Amino acid sequence: MTDDRRGGPADAAGQVTPARELLSAADVTRTIARMAHQIIERVADRETGSLAHAVLIGIPTRGTILARRLGAAIAEFSGTEVPVGSIDATLYRDDLRRGPARALAVTDVPEGGLDDLLVVLVDDVLMSGRTVRAALDALSEHGRPRAVQLAVLVDRGHRELPIRADYVGKNVPTARDEQILVKFTEIDGVDGVALARTTGGTG
Amino acid sequence: MKHLLSVTDLDAAEATALLDTADRLKQALLGREVRKLPTLRGRTVITMFYEDSTRTRVSFEIAGKWMSADTINVSARGSSVSKGESLRDTSLTLSSMGADCVVVRHPASGAAHRIAAWTDRDRAVTGIHTSIVNAGDGTHEHPTQALLDAATLRERLGGIAGRRVGIVGDVLHSRVARSNVFLLATLGAEVVLIAPPTLLPVGVEEWPCRVSAELDAELPALDAVMMLRVQAERMHGAFFPSSREYAIRYGLSPERAALLPDHAIVMHPGPMIRGMEIAPSVADAPSSAILGQVRNGVHVRMAVLYHLLAGASS
Amino acid sequence: MSLVIRNARPYGEEPVDLLVEDGVITEIGAGLAGPEGAEVLDGAGQVLLPGFVDLHTHLREPGGEESETIATGSAAAALGGYTAVFAMPNTDPVADSEVVVEHVRRRGEEVGLVDVHPVGAVTVGLEGQKMAELGTMANSRAQVRMFSDDGRCVHDPVIMRRALEYASALDVVIAQHAEDHRLTVGAQAHEGVVASRLGLTGWPATAEETIVARDCALAREAGAALHICHVSSARTIDVLRLAKEQGVRVTAEVTPHHLLLTDARLTSYDPVNKVNPPLRTAADTEAMRTALAEGLIDVVATDHAPHAAQYKDTEWAAARPGMLGLQTALSVVVHTMVEPGLLDWRGVARVMSERPAEIGNLPDHGRPIAVGEPANLTLVDPDGVWTVRGENLASKASNTPYEGMRLPATVTATILRGRITARNGEVA
Repeated sequence: MTDDRRGGPADAAGQVTPARELLSAADVTRTIARMAHQIIERVADRETGSLAHAVLIGIPTRGTILARRLGAAIAEFSGTEVPVGSIDATLYRDDLRRGPARALAVTDVPEGGLDDLLVVLVDDVLMSGRTVRAALDALSEHGRPRAVQLAVLVDRGHRELPIRADYVGKNVPTARDEQILVKFTEIDGVDGVALARTTGGTG
Repeated sequence: MKHLLSVTDLDAAEATALLDTADRLKQALLGREVRKLPTLRGRTVITMFYEDSTRTRVSFEIAGKWMSADTINVSARGSSVSKGESLRDTSLTLSSMGADCVVVRHPASGAAHRIAAWTDRDRAVTGIHTSIVNAGDGTHEHPTQALLDAATLRERLGGIAGRRVGIVGDVLHSRVARSNVFLLATLGAEVVLIAPPTLLPVGVEEWPCRVSAELDAELPALDAVMMLRVQAERMHGAFFPSSREYAIRYGLSPERAALLPDHAIVMHPGPMIRGMEIAPSVADAPSSAILGQVRNGVHVRMAVLYHLLAGASS
Repeated sequence: MSLVIRNARPYGEEPVDLLVEDGVITEIGAGLAGPEGAEVLDGAGQVLLPGFVDLHTHLREPGGEESETIATGSAAAALGGYTAVFAMPNTDPVADSEVVVEHVRRRGEEVGLVDVHPVGAVTVGLEGQKMAELGTMANSRAQVRMFSDDGRCVHDPVIMRRALEYASALDVVIAQHAEDHRLTVGAQAHEGVVASRLGLTGWPATAEETIVARDCALAREAGAALHICHVSSARTIDVLRLAKEQGVRVTAEVTPHHLLLTDARLTSYDPVNKVNPPLRTAADTEAMRTALAEGLIDVVATDHAPHAAQYKDTEWAAARPGMLGLQTALSVVVHTMVEPGLLDWRGVARVMSERPAEIGNLPDHGRPIAVGEPANLTLVDPDGVWTVRGENLASKASNTPYEGMRLPATVTATILRGRITARNGEVA
């Protein structure tokens, strides 16, 4: 669950200055398409072109939506369905004790587990890397993947762990007190990415 | 949530959040070889049982262990309790040792409330916060049983609101019945208590439920029927003439179970007295949710520990 | 030894001065000078009442000194405005013999703050089996005038009948703790909505009502005096009304807590609210107040029941029943009876002093405030307000259910046979 880290409008206590648009709805679609192509290119078997060994696992909530979008795009471009699942990393987070108990999100690992698969872990925004760290721990409980790669729509910097993304939709240099607001039609009614600044809040 | 002492500590949203967490935990562990989550690493959960119990104690213990909490069991026998130590001293001792959570079962109604009051008072001095979970206090409440029953109803019936649940038997002495009546009412179910008048408490008319003495008349309209255990000692208290008459009038025989709608489920908090309140074939039929209740018990208790212990101390 | 009380208002009426000499009121008038060296009490704005008499006190000595002693209990009584208390016999050993009642009486005299009248047990060891030596206790130096197995009911109708008959010749009263214990097995709280929700075994009002009805019938046949301890249920009032109409020699008491507190307090499971008979409903407290105003209930008696913390600060079921009452009784009576206009100060004098003294057969207490009468008096500030703190009460235990409550009326002085025993919250 990444809402709190991003400091979305719903949970930011302070004032949010009017957001500056980084990606329009059309940009989001284009960016996802490009990422899908990159994934196909790097993941497909060199000889057979098969994607049968790959699986997309999203980190709820918006990482899971992005994984589904990527899965659909990959199916469109390659003609191959790649399984899509989700893994909730909340139970593995290192900051649980810093706030009230968090609600848990859906974990839905494709049947058969993750042994020897190439897992593309998907999240909407990459910042400190702590959520990805927790997700990697959670993944390891579900088997031993051949490899894990990371795909994010936005990399905003400020890493606190040695983690980097394999696929990045957009690199956005940010200040710490800024927020990246990712919206997806499925839950927000509209696609888009914006940058906002909080003042006086804790978000 | 600071303690879980009574189901009335929970409003509908909080109860639903607990049930959702239980579902997610169940999912998170599904099909895994190693059923271990790191979430409560370094947390200490002490179960303190002053009454015999198998399923509840073990269920809490498994719940704690699956979340990596250090789980320690204290039973009334073989502890300082048998030397005459007061409940207050025992609970403050455990709290002072750094227990993050004490799960308590005690024959006195309100025991968990008292322990919470003592440890809260003590906290002002020591700064140690201990969450108290009521695992059954006298004839008062058994909140985690009601939560696991609610989880089972939700799983098997697709929801709780608007469903009609019959609770049959010794309501007077049943903490399970009390917790279920109030929790299920909070979650929007229609509860019917079915018992002879001697086994209904004076004042039951103020509870959020209906009361009936006629099991056969109620069964065809129930979505679930929950059979309460008939405790042996009640048979000598003039509450009903004989166990034979009780079984005839209030036991769930196969013929009676056939009066239930096809989708209805049969529940029992255990331990069951087969042949008394429930026929063996009914307990083992596909409509029986009894083992499902036990399975859900672990996940619900994990959810309770998660909500009490995973976040910052309140 | 002389004492002048200036400008006090007897029964809340016109202010007068009183002169007390050698324990007797010798003069009442305006501007009394008093002899040289007389002690002077300024009673301006204060109500003067006959000293209170408590028919129902547990002083715990002998045997329960960790909870109360005759010294600490006497101090609490004096501070509460009492000049006489009846000490219940459920001590260890039980006050069922001449030796024990004389010991209690003597200890009371040694302490000297309040007249301590031991109540003798009706049956040996309070066991309800064999009648205790009522005549010997009555004729002992302790002059026992009341007998009770309080804490337990004299349950066997034959024993109760014989005790009433036997007592009638001794001119003593049998005080019954009316509780049919077969109906209260394991009982923890008033049987009703609150207890059922809390899972506390119910104490049905019928357990009181049925014993009162039975004993009224037995007292009528025996022509004996029967006193009902701590009436708690509205239904019992109906029985008392009928019995009194029929001329049965029955009297009854209500405790301050049954005038004020209800079972709604039980939800915290704090055993400070555990008492026998249990706190009942608001309708019951309402009925108690009306019955006390009408005289169907004759007196207020405290059922002062100190318990050391280890007996109270436990889980509900393990806690002993009972609560402190001596120092809060007047305030609760003022709050529940005087403030709503159910009793005036004459009424307070009646229910807290005059009637109890009559029932307990104490010729020197509960007397009119008049020349020639013994100077057993209580001076009350009707406008005083105080906050109850258990740790500040004189009792050894601190199990008051009124902790933190702000209550009206303070006792400013208590006078026993002309001597000031308590003054402005201090024992003198």
